[in-house]
Amino acid sequence: MAENLKKILVDPLSESNPITIQILGICSALAVTVKMETALVMAMALTVVTAGSNLVISLLRKSIPGRIRMVVEVAVIATLVIVADQFIRAYLFDISRQLSVFVGLIITNCIVMGRAEAFAIQNPPLPSLLDGLGNGLGYSLILLIVAFFRELLGSGSLFGWRLLPGGYPGNGMALLAPGAFFALGLIIWVQRTLTKKFDTE
Amino acid sequence: MDLLNLAIKSVFIENILLSTFLGMCSFLAISRRIEAATGLGMAVIFVQTITVPANWLIKHFFLEPGALAWTGVPALAALDLSFLSFICFIAVIASLVQLVEMVMDRFFPALYQTLGIFLPLITVNCAILGGSLFMMERNYAFSQSVVFGASSGGGWALAITAMAAIRKKLRYSNIPPGLKGLGITMILTGLMAMAFMCFSGISL
Repeated sequence: MAENLKKILVDPLSESNPITIQILGICSALAVTVKMETALVMAMALTVVTAGSNLVISLLRKSIPGRIRMVVEVAVIATLVIVADQFIRAYLFDISRQLSVFVGLIITNCIVMGRAEAFAIQNPPLPSLLDGLGNGLGYSLILLIVAFFRELLGSGSLFGWRLLPGGYPGNGMALLAPGAFFALGLIIWVQRTLTKKFDTE
Repeated sequence: MDLLNLAIKSVFIENILLSTFLGMCSFLAISRRIEAATGLGMAVIFVQTITVPANWLIKHFFLEPGALAWTGVPALAALDLSFLSFICFIAVIASLVQLVEMVMDRFFPALYQTLGIFLPLITVNCAILGGSLFMMERNYAFSQSVVFGASSGGGWALAITAMAAIRKKLRYSNIPPGLKGLGITMILTGLMAMAFMCFSGISL
């Protein structure tokens, strides 16, 4: 049993990573990765929401009627997202301005909805909580890797601390939209080559 | 004239998919076949044109600080319900999509045949919720919200149709196994985003 729980928690980090293998929740993964700081806050918000929604939905799973389960799931997720958004606005106002609409968009993030629908609706609370946590962390991992390269190459710093010598001019493309697509594309390439999980198109 | 500028800006310069990354999931999943891509693109334009103005009305008459002044009750007029906007917007979107689906099924069966299967997918498309949230953040007026809804949907449809056409050609090319599917699509989207950035030179 303990072995099983560990697998639920660890698998989404690499083997079944929500972003690179399951292709879920890409939108926000790209938009908030210009800086490590915003990526970290977003990653934490998503992990909390995914774990929380999985737990709540799993606790309610026996009393939710099958036909309206989507509506119930969206309501639970939206409530948790409002809490997370108000919290970030209260304590990290500058970052909440930079994250703009993307905290709100956690509601339609396919990871949260996908895990609720695929896992929490038919599993007991503890595994569901771990599954939510694992998928949130898998998402966070990719987010931080993308943000690491974008901030380092784009502005020569990490968490706002200047690392590369002053002569480094900064690569503007890494900060713009195409840089995000390229960074994620290359990470997917590396990861799929390592885990040997190829698309058969 | 301003409205035309806004339309050009939201289709080309600030394309909702290529510069703000909204609606990536369905973009990646549905762009395999060009017929499906066009169908979903049309459905997004349609739903976006309805939901953004509808959410504008909700925002203007219920959620904004002082929005409930029309009730004439001072206690209600003092309320600021804007923290409820996420849940209200998603509820409006979900119910409107359901309504559109039912109306279409009843009165326009031919249209329902082509767009119907895509409508449930749209509720969880972040471009739709994102459009409404941008409308709120940028404080658009009502006429602007209509134009913004239609043109941001149009920009999304343009991007997914173009990507479906590229992926059709891609089937005959020799791609490294790890890049196949998702990887190469991301990189192509990046190139497309770069091409769209040329439009940012247009001065409006």
